[in-house]
Amino acid sequence: MVADASVRMAELDPILGRYARDPGSLLQILREIQELRGCIDPATVTYLGSQLSIPRARIEGVAGFYSFLHLQPHGEYRVLFSDNITDRMLGNQQLLEAMCHQLWLQPGKVSEDGLVSIDMTSCTGMCDQGPAMLVNGRAITRLTLQRVQEIAHLIRNRTPMADWSADFFRVEDNIRRSGPILDNKLAPGEALRNGLNIGGAAIVDEIKKSGLRGRGGAGFPTGLKWEVCRNAAGTVKHVVCNADEGEPGTFKDRVLLTRQADLVFEGMTLCAQAIGAQHGYLYLRGEYRYLLEPLQAVLQRRRDGNLLGKSILGQADFDFDIEIHLGAGAYICGEESALIESLEGERGIPRNRPPFPVTHGYMQQPTAVDNVETFCSAALAIQMGADAFRAIGTEKSSGSKLISVSGDCPRPGIYEYPFGVSVREVLQDCGAVNTRAVQVSGPSGICVAEHEFHRKLGFEDLPTAGAFMVFDDSRDMFEVARNFVQFFAHESCGFCTPCRVGTSMLKQTMNKIADGHGTQYDLREVEHLDHVLQTTSHCGLGRTACNPVLHTLRHFRPAYENRLKSLDFEPGFDLDGALARARQMTGRDDAGAHLKTEEA
Amino acid sequence: MSDTFSLDGAEVPFEPGQTVMQAALSAGHYIPHLCYHPEFKPHGSCKLCTVKINGRTAASCTMPAEAGLEIESDIDELNDLRRTLVQMLFAEGNHFCPSCEKSGNCVLQALGYDLEVHAAGFRHQFPDRPVDASHPDILLDFNRCVLCELCVHASSEVDGKNVFGFSGRGITKHLIVNSESGKLVDTDIALTDKAMQVCPVGVILPKRVGFSQPIGQRRYDQRPISAQALDDAPRPSTGASHD
Repeated sequence: MVADASVRMAELDPILGRYARDPGSLLQILREIQELRGCIDPATVTYLGSQLSIPRARIEGVAGFYSFLHLQPHGEYRVLFSDNITDRMLGNQQLLEAMCHQLWLQPGKVSEDGLVSIDMTSCTGMCDQGPAMLVNGRAITRLTLQRVQEIAHLIRNRTPMADWSADFFRVEDNIRRSGPILDNKLAPGEALRNGLNIGGAAIVDEIKKSGLRGRGGAGFPTGLKWEVCRNAAGTVKHVVCNADEGEPGTFKDRVLLTRQADLVFEGMTLCAQAIGAQHGYLYLRGEYRYLLEPLQAVLQRRRDGNLLGKSILGQADFDFDIEIHLGAGAYICGEESALIESLEGERGIPRNRPPFPVTHGYMQQPTAVDNVETFCSAALAIQMGADAFRAIGTEKSSGSKLISVSGDCPRPGIYEYPFGVSVREVLQDCGAVNTRAVQVSGPSGICVAEHEFHRKLGFEDLPTAGAFMVFDDSRDMFEVARNFVQFFAHESCGFCTPCRVGTSMLKQTMNKIADGHGTQYDLREVEHLDHVLQTTSHCGLGRTACNPVLHTLRHFRPAYENRLKSLDFEPGFDLDGALARARQMTGRDDAGAHLKTEEA
Repeated sequence: MSDTFSLDGAEVPFEPGQTVMQAALSAGHYIPHLCYHPEFKPHGSCKLCTVKINGRTAASCTMPAEAGLEIESDIDELNDLRRTLVQMLFAEGNHFCPSCEKSGNCVLQALGYDLEVHAAGFRHQFPDRPVDASHPDILLDFNRCVLCELCVHASSEVDGKNVFGFSGRGITKHLIVNSESGKLVDTDIALTDKAMQVCPVGVILPKRVGFSQPIGQRRYDQRPISAQALDDAPRPSTGASHD
């Protein structure tokens, strides 16, 4: 037994060696062990603790935080259906039920023979080709009943995934409208040469002049961020590319990393030159695991071309390289300080700010964290010049924006527009008809109803990280909001009281309304919870978690009120129903044997 | 002369490096708090100490003090929020004050009384959290955990042991014990550890000392927490440090 155990642990040594037994790489180590073994069992946690010289509780804490890591066996095949509202609209729940039925198991439970588990997961970024799933971390798109049955069959026969039809794993780019970013034919190194000619300070000036603002949603001026980082004290600095594209309904970074990876890395390298950084990290969401090898090949090609590494393009002292870190299923890691914690191998808990990452980021050193699309736009601004860049878009929103269109329309996919495009124009281009509402920028964004379709995408009016989910008049906006509320409860990191408890309470209240037990009291309760979450939450997740409900309540109140009882208050359980057993036993069913609830 | 900020109209002096909470407590001003402990680096998770700084809400225990800040704390709006947060904590765990050894010495209970939390407010979650009675001298009752992290910090920073940690996420976040069995008996915790003393509620308890002090004569039975916390706060006159 003892010998078996040591043999079993020995197979982990190559992984540990590759990461130099560095506790800072804990998440990457755990992710690889998960891939190798299917779970990280208690004995493995103890072994890792001794190998990395850290408490096992820290390892258990990290493994327990990320959805794709498991501390108990979770089946040889781990099937996760993407559960964004767009997947639901395409019938993912019926497909999950059919698959569970075929494999004889319950959602969330491992089959008795340890072969398979089936569950839901947050949006996997395939909304334009859903319903989608992940099997052992690999994305599968365009699910149909037939495809699900085929997969169940392959699993039951224990067919190795390497032998599954490649068509399952095909991910389409679905580019429907392109612009300066998607059409870009930049030769690798072209913008970088421009940058080297003008120097770091001038890059910052040029980016400031271009008016570029962060594409992750918050819209912080990129040039200002780089300037603060450049001027921050310290000789070791970092560039981090946020590719943790977790906002449900967003998938444009996936397409950029597929089609324009050079542009992304070019932007990161320009940033490194601008701020004086030596180390770059691309934080890739675990759902996009399949992009790891292609991206590493691009990085290697750039190293071979002297666009990364030592003395880049012959410039002495310009040393910069990029590593890829994979996430493991945690939306909160899209928040920049939580992302940095995750990069350091910790639970992804947002930090207290100040201080900000620009001065105290990765390893408490100055760090510029920007979105994938921001780096593309920065490279573009340096390539074409600030004035030309600024000529695209609107006054306060310069450049172009990639929109991820999904939901009720015949042409879902990626659309690149100059900023300032109206919701109606996008709807026309994607062929949407009878549209009731559009969720702009995902669950944490804004629900726009028909009378507002003239509104324009941009920082002046409707800021967006890129999600554009279309709902036609057959859709129930209450169910849309309920899906988003479930998402926030699932993704709350649990650090602060209001978000940890409040998002769960909100989910329960929405379920209560869905079950037909809601009252006006519950709607008031939602508004009260919103106030508490908005004013006391630690980060943006909690502060925006009530938005879906508040926005849909504002526009589509009847969708809620139709479900309400006419009462002012009803408890979460059915008092009279609880007496049914007593009535049965006593053989009574007269008025006196019933609890009456007063009408409001 | 040190700089000052304004707290509910009073001028509060502070030393460089102090947070709003530290400066307020040492100047004799109470701001309700639960996860803040003067001997540990504040991390701001319970959010009870939320104040309004120049009109915007922020946790006062982690907010660096700055000259000229206009801070509101003891106002209806904020006390309402604090009441809700206390209700959330009560609803999240399993808290049965009458049978709890910590009753009267419990910070959560004392805050409930002091903030006048008169109703449950939320549907109780009744989570399933088995107790850990494996250790011969120490009982762990996870039902009462409010996830303040103080035992985690005390064990690692003072005791040098790392007996406690957190796992899970969101509403399933929970306290864990640093052993392969997950049991306290398999750790090196000792009764004399700092981690034994810092739990604000009744999770970490020494065995065989139940109710040695009668209810009614306990810490917060004597004085409300708003007064007791000021007595406990390190004060400049006593030379105690805040770092």
